[in-house]
Amino acid sequence: MAEKVLMKGNEAVAEAAIRAGCRLYFAYPITPQSELIEYMAKMLPKVDGTFVQAESEVAAINMVYGASGTGRRVMTSSSSPGISLKMEGISYIAGANLPAVIINVQRGGPGLGDIQPAQGDYFQATKGGGHGDYRLIVLAPSTVQEFADMADLAFDLADKYRNPVMILSDGLLGQMMEPVEFKPAKTKEEMEKLNKQHYDWCMHPNEDEPDHHHHEINSLEIDPLILEQHVIKLGKKYDKITKNEQRHEEYNISADNKVIVVAFGTAARIAKSAIDQLQEEGINVGMIRPITVWPYPYEAISNVLNDKIKKVVVCELNLGQMIEDVKLAVNGKLPVEFLGKVGGILFTPDEIKAKIMDNRGE
Amino acid sequence: MEIIAQRPKSLTDLQFTYCPGCTHGISHRIIAEAIDELEMRNQMMGVAPVGCSVFAYKFFDCDMAEAAHGRAPAVATGMKRARPDMHVFTYQGDGDLAAIGTAEIIHAANRGEHISVFFVNNAIYGMTGGQMAPTTLPGMKTTTSPYGRDETDIGYPIQACELLNSLRAPYFIERVSLLSPQDILKATKIVKKALQFNKEERGFTFVEFVSTCPTNWGLAPLEAMKWAKENMLPYFPLGNFRDKSIEGGE
Amino acid sequence: MKTEIISSGFGGQGALTIGKFLAKAGMREGLNVSWLPSYGPEMRGGTANVSAVISDRPIASPLVTYPDILIALNQPSIDKFGPNIKEGGLLISNTDMCPHGTKRKDITVIKAPMNKIAKEIGNMMVLNMVAIGIVIGKTGIVKYETLEEDLSKFLKKKNPQLLEANLKAIKKGIEIGKK
Repeated sequence: MAEKVLMKGNEAVAEAAIRAGCRLYFAYPITPQSELIEYMAKMLPKVDGTFVQAESEVAAINMVYGASGTGRRVMTSSSSPGISLKMEGISYIAGANLPAVIINVQRGGPGLGDIQPAQGDYFQATKGGGHGDYRLIVLAPSTVQEFADMADLAFDLADKYRNPVMILSDGLLGQMMEPVEFKPAKTKEEMEKLNKQHYDWCMHPNEDEPDHHHHEINSLEIDPLILEQHVIKLGKKYDKITKNEQRHEEYNISADNKVIVVAFGTAARIAKSAIDQLQEEGINVGMIRPITVWPYPYEAISNVLNDKIKKVVVCELNLGQMIEDVKLAVNGKLPVEFLGKVGGILFTPDEIKAKIMDNRGE
Repeated sequence: MEIIAQRPKSLTDLQFTYCPGCTHGISHRIIAEAIDELEMRNQMMGVAPVGCSVFAYKFFDCDMAEAAHGRAPAVATGMKRARPDMHVFTYQGDGDLAAIGTAEIIHAANRGEHISVFFVNNAIYGMTGGQMAPTTLPGMKTTTSPYGRDETDIGYPIQACELLNSLRAPYFIERVSLLSPQDILKATKIVKKALQFNKEERGFTFVEFVSTCPTNWGLAPLEAMKWAKENMLPYFPLGNFRDKSIEGGE
Repeated sequence: MKTEIISSGFGGQGALTIGKFLAKAGMREGLNVSWLPSYGPEMRGGTANVSAVISDRPIASPLVTYPDILIALNQPSIDKFGPNIKEGGLLISNTDMCPHGTKRKDITVIKAPMNKIAKEIGNMMVLNMVAIGIVIGKTGIVKYETLEEDLSKFLKKKNPQLLEANLKAIKKGIEIGKK
């Protein structure tokens, strides 16, 4: 087993991305993700990788578009206001069926907001953000270890589906240090294989006649009938992802649960400690933690509902965004309550405990 | 049978969709010929813009990427950095390069990216129907400057070569025109020179084509060329601004 | 057992490093640990502070609001976090920079002139190691040997003199903590 190291989330995910074969990274500095860009600036040259500090987040995501068009593993990262700027490029990447990994170390918004942890970009990440009918695969880590592990997963999913993948983290996970164990780095042979995996469609050196290829990286289809087919095909891909890639964690689910908590990311780790404390007091509260927030694990939530459960409590670091998906999953069968914190402020386990106790109906 | 002229290999056999008398076809052809002559086609990747030449990705027969409006130099940066063993060019219009993509072109040039940028300046937005461009001349009427461009209100036309020439990194900057057969011959040489430097990994190369837009100017093709010579060339003087391959060329 | 620590001081006093070394030692001893700094423009001027948690169970929230232990390297740290120390908790204060101390009677207070001790050892950089020593001496949440091993790993060859000074400072702290 690899040795555990104490590392910030921002650095751990950067290291994990390099190990996963990422040799191209383009970004612009922004708090609270700057350690990520700094780590890449320092480490990529040591593995013959390429780091470019772009003139803007807009430029960075378009560099990602270009690099991804050559079939190579490429990543960018930012925090909320910068992710908004990347939305144009993300739509093009999705439209052109390109794999790419985008990390959002969320902070408080809207506008310039603040630089503390928040989950206010849930809608942007899971419901669109950019223009057009497209989907991002969105992974939501809740520990530094999981944040790091998701780099590998994100690249694999991106390559498998030729689709952009976002890791939806936040300032807390980016800034905090926790012990991390890394997977071994890709070997030279694995890298060679990775670099050629997309040769059937990507831009790469041509052979002489008669094998000359003309590969187009493109999201433009001016003929409505052709665009229609293109978007329908994208939709089929999203259906496949929805079917195959839902991930969630069940915590303390038991027959005597009267309340089920649903939370993701940092909110989920705080909720866990409230649940642990209640368990010590003899009260069993279950939790579903969506790991993919798109595709959303609707069935995982509806499957745990039973007659004994009185309420579902959603905890988020926003005004209530994921709660809409939870309501879809619950489908009117039970009341869905909400506990939120905004402004980059975290709730305490005590606040979650109090919310749960209020809703046990005793 | 002796072949005297034929379609360059670096152009697909698709028919151009440009208006009659448009100079895009000429600039496409001379770029494609240069790619062929320099035997760069097998390692060439191009980036098409948003504008009239949006379909350039279909016309050039090498690997091509279609960029978002103005972002071609950033996309090209990503491509070149990912595949330094290949060659990259962008083909951009005046709205694309000198308005919405100003940050991208300046910074790609400033980093000295090893790419060639071909910039088509016809002083107007063609595809969207003749609106004012950053290069529209003072007093020139367009659909969004119906009373003539008022430079005290909206500023003077941007001179891209002069602007980029203030940066240290670019290797080669030249403005040519497509307004007469002689000008086109000269442009052919300059395009080939820029791509030669590209092949040799010398650095950032930039060629601006002073072109026409008969349709949106409301002129016949030959009149458009005459108009451009009389009105555009005084504001956009032809010539070399930077050539680091010769002494004193900086 | 879970110990929640806030370490705080002026930028450059090494408050963040205290948290990091304690967390790292906890990790080496097989415990769950987390370390969360305050970040942003504030870190340039006022107090630099860090939350560190060492626990035998998974750590839910790395943000410490009510610490078991507050390590205050300067007075503003006591003013800011002193009122939040848990009843029966521990305040470790650097008397050289904390002239007013605390008025609380429901906590244990260990005072040490850390600037002076560091100066005597001959290196102001080891000021924070005195504080780490006090934590070890008083609570035993991590072992001295773990820290010695960790510090030796990257200092033994690079700067044996600094290693010596660090270990001396920790030992001095342990002595104070045990009193």
